[in-house]
Amino acid sequence: MKNHIDIKITVPNQTRYLSLIGRIGENMVHELDSFPGDREALGQHINMVLTEALVNAIKHANSTDPNTEVQISINADDKELVIRVYDNGQGFDLDLVPGCNCPDPLEEQGRGIYIIRSLMDSVVYRKANGGNVLEMKKALG
Amino acid sequence: MNLKTEPNGKVMVVMVREERLDAHNSNELKVEMNRLFESGTRDLLVDLKEVRFIDSSGLGVLVSGFKNASTHQGSIKLCGLQTQVKSMFELTRLHRVFDIFQTIDEALESY
Repeated sequence: MKNHIDIKITVPNQTRYLSLIGRIGENMVHELDSFPGDREALGQHINMVLTEALVNAIKHANSTDPNTEVQISINADDKELVIRVYDNGQGFDLDLVPGCNCPDPLEEQGRGIYIIRSLMDSVVYRKANGGNVLEMKKALG
Repeated sequence: MNLKTEPNGKVMVVMVREERLDAHNSNELKVEMNRLFESGTRDLLVDLKEVRFIDSSGLGVLVSGFKNASTHQGSIKLCGLQTQVKSMFELTRLHRVFDIFQTIDEALESY
């Protein structure tokens, strides 16, 4: 049976929605019947990735303006899970964000992109729809 | 944020009574830890047993508490980490920074 999920969500640019978005992603993973791995762990990872990406959009890309919005899309089929978080802000240079290596343990900030990169197979930040999109992919097969 | 702070001997115990410690609520824990150290607390134990989810902001606040403890010649220890929370400490290597105990009793015995 075909296993294709496509979710689009728009939320205000506020951290109070982190829990809601994270839970939507985690619950969606539990519907991926064909995923052969640990759905519990994958769900928790997707909750984490969505939370970090949303915080990134709110705090760094949209300049913490609560009147703007963040758009999120989550697509999954039998082979791949793709999460896209869109922002309308100035954006940032992903290559300048500490994220390839584990940040200094005594730094208070700078772990978000590192965590996303650790839990997903590919992470790209690029221009899209007049703004920017953080695109994160995870193989499911 | 639902925090419960109570002394146990010379140790001040802060219980985080939330399912999530994230960018939305973690600053309140930072403020509470700052308040305790500023008011003379030396040894702080943060009980995370009800926390199922911690993000980079929550981790950052605990690092802030660790540094604040050092500044005040005090200490901060953690207990009650659930599996997912523990895995985030390991991913970010913070399990090497903090003294982490399974239960509050084990943590209190360490002082």
